Amino acid sequence: MPMWGWVLISCAVAFLTKLVGYLVPAKILKNKRITRIAGTMTIGLLASLTVLNAVATGTQLTLDSRVGALVAAAIALLLRAPFLVVVIVGAVTAGLLRLIGLP
Amino acid sequence: MRLRQSPAAKIGLSIAIATGLYGISFGALGVASGLTFWQTVVLSAFMFTGGSQFAFIGVIGGGGGGAAAFGSAALLGVRNAVYGMQMNALIAPRGWRRFAAAQVTIDESTATAVGQTDPLEQKRGFWVAGVGVFLFWNVCTILGALLGNAIGDPKAWGLDGAAVAAFLGLLWPRLRAREPVAIAVVCALATVLAVPFVPPGVPILVAALVAGLWGWFSHGSADEGLEPDVEPYPGVESANESDKEER
Repeated sequence: MPMWGWVLISCAVAFLTKLVGYLVPAKILKNKRITRIAGTMTIGLLASLTVLNAVATGTQLTLDSRVGALVAAAIALLLRAPFLVVVIVGAVTAGLLRLIGLP
Repeated sequence: MRLRQSPAAKIGLSIAIATGLYGISFGALGVASGLTFWQTVVLSAFMFTGGSQFAFIGVIGGGGGGAAAFGSAALLGVRNAVYGMQMNALIAPRGWRRFAAAQVTIDESTATAVGQTDPLEQKRGFWVAGVGVFLFWNVCTILGALLGNAIGDPKAWGLDGAAVAAFLGLLWPRLRAREPVAIAVVCALATVLAVPFVPPGVPILVAALVAGLWGWFSHGSADEGLEPDVEPYPGVESANESDKEER
């Protein structure tokens, strides 16, 4: 399927997921196990995406400027920086590390 | 009371501006990942849930295929069904409003509504935050995508570092207790171990499976990870945290 197909089907599924909450009986989603899995999966996916974007290049693990960006972002978050600042700190760190010659 | 004097509407608006602004980073990273300008813009308008959107472009940017991008975006959106159920109970939209409410059911609108006690204020908070984020987020996505197209090589500008920071920023507010930290570490490890052995994009689904099994078999707090990733009411937060310690 071309990329446009995946974009559109992902949009449709995202909307339907939200709509499900309004249409199904509350009892079903109040099931403790379902809310638990929705929560643990949110954490697991975000953690996975974080490390993947930091150390993966295709099917290889690499250490480059992105790891520096990860550390800098963590420090910014510890200092309670707002989201946009954290993102900029990540970009500037990776950019500067490349400027001084790191991969 | 007029809308201008409504505390929930004020908070909803400030949340909308703050959250909308980082649509710029989504737009720039979207085109840097290899999507076209219009694909990036369509994701913000129709998918409209930041975590899933970043997941989609994160997989594509990492060399994964459309199917893996779809899978991770869909799974990351599951929490919105739970938010929808909460909002249905609180604001009970009817007719066409139900569809509009569904589209703007995200972390920010849910958090703004849940923080109010008066039903009218809950409604105002939900709609002002939801529609407000929608407007700012989409305008900023367009600006970011134009910016991303203009600056050329994303690596030279550290945009790949920005993506790493964005994901950590989305994860961070959910790590307020020992269990979510443990889940994050285990899923991060599972991802790293899977990378050399499976096609790009699939390691995320491995992590989703691990997290799903964790949720199925363990018995922790029922809303772990479902605290929305924004804090519209910083003053109230400490009370919630002490409440959580006791659970």
